[in-house]
Amino acid sequence: MNKARAFRSRKEEGSISMDASHSYAVLLAAFFAIAAGLVGSVALMKRMVLASDVISHLALPGLGIAYLLKTNPLVGGGATLFLGTLLVWQLQKKTGLATDAAIGVVFAASLGIGALITPGEDLLEALFGNFQKLSLVGFLLGAAAVVLVVLFVVQMKDRLILDLFSPELAAATGVKVARLDLGFLLVFSLTVLVGLRFMGALLSSALIIIPAATARQLTSRMAQFVVVACAASLVSVAAGFVISTLILKTTTVGPTIVIVSALLFVLSLLKRK
Amino acid sequence: MTDRLLSVRDLRVAFGNRVVLRDLSFEVYSGDCLAIIGPNGSGKTVLLKALQHLIPYGGEIHWSPAARVGYVPQSVAADRQLPLRVSELLTAKAQFLHLADQEMEQDSSELSLSPEFLNAGIGTLSGGQFQKVLIAFALLGRPNLLLFDEPTASLDELSEERIYELVHELQCQKGITVILVSHDLSVVYRYANRVLCLSKGKPCMGPPKEILTPQMLEEVYGAPSRFYGHIQEH
Repeated sequence: MNKARAFRSRKEEGSISMDASHSYAVLLAAFFAIAAGLVGSVALMKRMVLASDVISHLALPGLGIAYLLKTNPLVGGGATLFLGTLLVWQLQKKTGLATDAAIGVVFAASLGIGALITPGEDLLEALFGNFQKLSLVGFLLGAAAVVLVVLFVVQMKDRLILDLFSPELAAATGVKVARLDLGFLLVFSLTVLVGLRFMGALLSSALIIIPAATARQLTSRMAQFVVVACAASLVSVAAGFVISTLILKTTTVGPTIVIVSALLFVLSLLKRK
Repeated sequence: MTDRLLSVRDLRVAFGNRVVLRDLSFEVYSGDCLAIIGPNGSGKTVLLKALQHLIPYGGEIHWSPAARVGYVPQSVAADRQLPLRVSELLTAKAQFLHLADQEMEQDSSELSLSPEFLNAGIGTLSGGQFQKVLIAFALLGRPNLLLFDEPTASLDELSEERIYELVHELQCQKGITVILVSHDLSVVYRYANRVLCLSKGKPCMGPPKEILTPQMLEEVYGAPSRFYGHIQEH
């Protein structure tokens, strides 16, 4: 099956009838949107958009291996995401141009390897995701991951603020900065993993970054910034789902969600704080 | 008897093959105002960072359990676009250190931080105001020793005068021990009771009158008369 046929078949599946397992998937997507808004706000303030992109793309080789082994794609994606997180953390501890270059190489290499080993018919789904049924267990695991993400950000709020202002002053105050960075990168990866099924490796980080960028244009207070980022993310997911499934009749919802999200960003440019 | 707050033995800091500090030993006692002087690149800022274990070092740095350290860096590469208010920054530190609410109120009133100032975004502050925030941040948690790294490097003279008056007040009224890095030798002469001079040769330490001599300044900076003349005016 070539890519065009794969996409057409998803368009035909698009006229899906909603049942409980689809409801779980929609509900988890909404939870993901909130986690993405929260994590994206911090990532944007930490100026780690490039590193974030690399992390999400590192899921692709894992997805490819999982498809080849005919096992759960999230297990493969999760494994390489975790390894990628540790790699980016190590790179982040060093500074300078070499780090940027290394991150760029890792980013390109992971896409190349992923594209090469992922079977052709699954590549589109690995890259752009697919809206599909979700078991109760899958939903509960995803929801637990989102709760973990929210708890981390809430619990670490003060440490994160100190680190955002100045990692050096944070360290002088007693914050374990390297440990905090690792914790945040792991939470970021967990968020990507939750969104991997329906957003794909290429687009899940986009929903983490774009709503935060939108919120940054509209707000000047931190609390408002985080709330607006979550709201923009939620609106993008909801509108993307409705447009994809009801109008475009496709289960590949990721691109539509990202387009809605980007449109919101463009609209935000019209009103600068 | 004065308490020893800090003891440094054979401190050595190197970045790759470049040795910045070597064989440095000194002590700091409660109530001291120790000024660290030296030309650019002599390791003044590096020393303050090593004292706080922010960079790797060799040798021994021993803080007394009684020491509560506050740090005012030379500059903070904070993103001025951060959507962060002054009060949010101070609250984050207060909550992280589990300080009582009164401590933050006391800190704000001592430094005369108005509600408008506390409500301002950090990106809207002038250089002097930003420096004031850094001092307020350092004073939160009742430190009894302050590390000041060129606290007035980016300020105009008027703001500079205010900052040093504040340092002096903290010394006199609260008995806070101060370790001060400064290029301004007149300030060193006016406020410090001991001077640590870092240079390419062996570091030296003593009262300002003994350290800030024309011979010593020539050895360290290579231009003694200009500085010395300035100092003599005070």
